Amino acid sequence: MDKKTRVPVREQDPVIRSRNFEEVSYGYDQGEALLEASRCIQCKNPRCVAACPVNIQIPQFIKAVLDGDMPWATSIIGKDSSLPAVCGRVCPQESQCEGACIMGIKHDPIAIGKLERYVADWARKNKYTPEEEIKPNGKKVAVIGSGPAGLACATDLAKAGCDVTIFEALHKPGGVLVYGIPEFRLPKEEVVDYEIGQVRKLGVKIECNVVVGRTVTIDQLMDNEGYHAVFVGSGAGLPKFMGIPGENLNGVVSANEFLTRSNLMGAYSPDSDTPIYVGRRVAVVGGGNVAMDAARTALRLGAEVTIVYRRTEKEMPARVEEVHHAREEGVAVQMLTNPVAVLGNEKGWVTGLKCIRMELVEPDESGRRRPVEIPGSEFDIPCDVAVIALGTSSNPLIARTTPGLEINRHNGIIADEKGVTSRPGVFAGGDVVTGAATVILAMGAGREAAKSILEYLGV
Amino acid sequence: MYKILKKRILAPDICLMEVLAPRVASNAQPGQFIIVRVGEKGERVPLTICDYDPKAGSITIVTQRVGASSRKIYALEEGESFSDFVGPLGLPSEFIHENEESLRNKKYLFVAGGLGTAPVYPQVKYLHQKGAHVEVIIGAKTRDLVIMEEEMKNVVDQVYVCTDDGSYGFKGLVTAKLKELMDSGNKYDQAVAIGPMIMMKFVTLTAKEYKLPLIVSLNTLMVDGTGMCGACRVTVDGKTKFACVDGPEFDAYQVDFDEAMRRQTMYKPQEAEADHKCKIGLKNG
Repeated sequence: MDKKTRVPVREQDPVIRSRNFEEVSYGYDQGEALLEASRCIQCKNPRCVAACPVNIQIPQFIKAVLDGDMPWATSIIGKDSSLPAVCGRVCPQESQCEGACIMGIKHDPIAIGKLERYVADWARKNKYTPEEEIKPNGKKVAVIGSGPAGLACATDLAKAGCDVTIFEALHKPGGVLVYGIPEFRLPKEEVVDYEIGQVRKLGVKIECNVVVGRTVTIDQLMDNEGYHAVFVGSGAGLPKFMGIPGENLNGVVSANEFLTRSNLMGAYSPDSDTPIYVGRRVAVVGGGNVAMDAARTALRLGAEVTIVYRRTEKEMPARVEEVHHAREEGVAVQMLTNPVAVLGNEKGWVTGLKCIRMELVEPDESGRRRPVEIPGSEFDIPCDVAVIALGTSSNPLIARTTPGLEINRHNGIIADEKGVTSRPGVFAGGDVVTGAATVILAMGAGREAAKSILEYLGV
Repeated sequence: MYKILKKRILAPDICLMEVLAPRVASNAQPGQFIIVRVGEKGERVPLTICDYDPKAGSITIVTQRVGASSRKIYALEEGESFSDFVGPLGLPSEFIHENEESLRNKKYLFVAGGLGTAPVYPQVKYLHQKGAHVEVIIGAKTRDLVIMEEEMKNVVDQVYVCTDDGSYGFKGLVTAKLKELMDSGNKYDQAVAIGPMIMMKFVTLTAKEYKLPLIVSLNTLMVDGTGMCGACRVTVDGKTKFACVDGPEFDAYQVDFDEAMRRQTMYKPQEAEADHKCKIGLKNG
């Protein structure tokens, strides 16, 4: 095989997988991984490492794969990431490590994500955990939220010897990894639970069912429970709606609700007590990864699915791979289309979306070409369920109950790149600061904050 | 785990449970609610708080066996535990921000319907302790379904019981009793209605005739209860609000009850199916 082309990864057949919730991608086997690893030219100044938000030593771990030293490959990744099997699956590598790969200038970039997944899956299947020598330093740190930011922060703090407790509002740890990303992209028991278990092995405690701001406040944690510092990684959990007529009709749900029912509550499986409804036709409004996840979930639950997006595929914030997978599975996409009203019947159930065609004009502040309505181009898209996937904003609960913690106009906590907030001892990072972004950016922010916390604690 | 310290049957299919949940108990306030889950496949079920004891670390809840999930809750016995018990959720009642002096001069009327009697209890208890004058109308279908009358009598100035069939107390709906009280010249500074959505709607219509300020507590559908899902959205004063974080209590006159009632029925067909399976003992029920 020529070295210019990446080793393709085997996937479930689109027709078959569109009816099940098993993982789409099978990942590399040993032969494929070795072949792909051999394509890496081991740059002296690796651009991939700089482009990785947690700076994994990529050429080093690829070298270890090639040498057949999987424990060493595991250790190298483990130094910088506590969730490699997660990141190997859901990171937008094409715009990070792989986007910076020198091979990518003329040929295919190295499939770094697939190799990372290969290493992490090997470690899990072979029950290999690198030894960690931890010296307790007597400092207690509370981490709020067990999503990617919290887990990454907790990992680094625990390795440095802190006594770390993560407080999670929901009944299961993992944050967006558990409630947001579907099983077919990220297996829960096999991958997420395992990697969270690895974090626990470092001595990190996780207390579920604690809504910080309600069940306990940050002040109570610091004043009554002896926490020396707090990291807030509570994510961006509040769904945005469109504010158009008919949005509260029965059958109109946020992507958060739809995915939480299916993923966290397991409603995709008939033995769950939590109901989910898709009807015959589902329209999903939005063009991000969450929209793709909702569309592909609805499809697997038996609906015909149409994605409605106001720009074109080029501007879609979703990963190219996700859009490709969705189309392959049979999701229809209506580009340059914007809903102006939700239509309903006399019983108050949604019957469709009244939409208008859009065209793109000069770029707006996001750098993407701005969509404007084409007058008189209204048309209807019939549907039984409409899923709104237009992004999320931060939950204001923690900020409102923590005096002295400043927030911006989007309710996000104000923190610098190091996670330092306006309140001494309180640090923040991930979506709660930046608004909805990616797993890996949140992990990067969690790690930065961990550094700042250790500095603040003087350890 | 959240152990059930005490279980008591209040009426046919209605039970009270005292649950060990120290963190919840230490921060609970009148007007708030909790979410429970039974078993790994269990649904997250929002329930109102009926009482809380920070010293004992316990929260008291009241459940009625009506569907598949409440059946699972009801089936738990003393000594057993809930898989999950989270709270206190939602905003506390407005009056907790008022000082005692102002509360001492106030007269409150609570209208409790059926299971809604439970969440009324911590509110009237609080107000009574602060010296407010409190009266309560408790409504139920029939005598057997009247709950917490004795407990209520201990903490309020006056309890009026109404039954639809006249088997006990005043014969008629709570709205008729409310009308009677208002027509006979009673004056209240604030009324609060908690019960089935349809009852709250009609109490609102009645209260409006007397320009009686009214708060209602909305028991909407919910999944997470922390503002994440939006299943609980209601239209209040023309704007969309989330009952879980903006409520559950709202100014009754601003609530779109018809929409709220319609939204409550969203998963009725699935729930009926689950309940049916559960009753006939199918494994996947």
